[in-house]
Amino acid sequence: MFEAVAFYLFAFLTIAMFYIVVTTKQALYALTALAAGMIFISAFFFILGADFLGAIQIIVYTGAVMALYAFGMMFFDTTRDVKEKAGNKYIIVGLSTLAAVLVVLIVSAPMISENVVALYPVMDGVGNVQSVGLVLFTKYLIPFEVAAVMLLVAMIAGIVLAGKKMDLSLTLMSGEEIEEINLEKNKKVLS
Amino acid sequence: MEIGLNHYLVLSTILFGIGLVGVMKRKNLLLLFFATEILLNSVNIAFAAISHYYGDLTGQMFAFFVIAIAASEVAVGLGLLIVWFKRHGQIDLDSMSSMRG
Repeated sequence: MFEAVAFYLFAFLTIAMFYIVVTTKQALYALTALAAGMIFISAFFFILGADFLGAIQIIVYTGAVMALYAFGMMFFDTTRDVKEKAGNKYIIVGLSTLAAVLVVLIVSAPMISENVVALYPVMDGVGNVQSVGLVLFTKYLIPFEVAAVMLLVAMIAGIVLAGKKMDLSLTLMSGEEIEEINLEKNKKVLS
Repeated sequence: MEIGLNHYLVLSTILFGIGLVGVMKRKNLLLLFFATEILLNSVNIAFAAISHYYGDLTGQMFAFFVIAIAASEVAVGLGLLIVWFKRHGQIDLDSMSSMRG
């Protein structure tokens, strides 16, 4: 009973928030609605007993990703209304529904044929965080490390792309080019 | 009134549909990124639900890696968007059709 009430409440809230994200014309409203929707989604993870995943959802999505978007939006002109594609609404909604149903069918097809066997079953008397750690650091150790390297590469790429003049390398330039850059700097300071 | 796996899969379908509508409808690249976040999150719900109802931890592991990929995608994507905005002053998709003959 309690679970059902929580499920329907959070389902309604999540759908409402994400609906606002895709329909609003203000980018700022979309950002705040998306952050709220992410927190509501973590509620589903807590209902499902995936405590660690819920905590990660709040920390990574609302803490890191949303903050990054908020900082990124400072670069853009977000007060302007967002223009939208003038397409046929019914075709868009129809295609989306069809594609979503197809994706869920593909994911759930092996379950309908009841071929699913638990590879890493949930252990009794062990908390969710503990069992997640056990599986993550034994069976999924290499994907975990690869994900870490991928995050490092993404961090470097973000710094190089967003930073000022980060695409120039002083060690690879000749002396004259460095002199030129210094001259430009001095001109800017003087003017 | 027992909440089963089907409830979660239907919810995941609805959220995925909303995200797809956003991807098809939006012109602004920042809001397109928001729509992709919705897609990733809806799939995460499906993974967590399957993991719970089958007593298997693999679904949660996949959800973790999806979150990691989403985080790195945001970092690189926002960097590229900032570079594009500095050069062209707008981030609409229409301004990126420079290769049209």
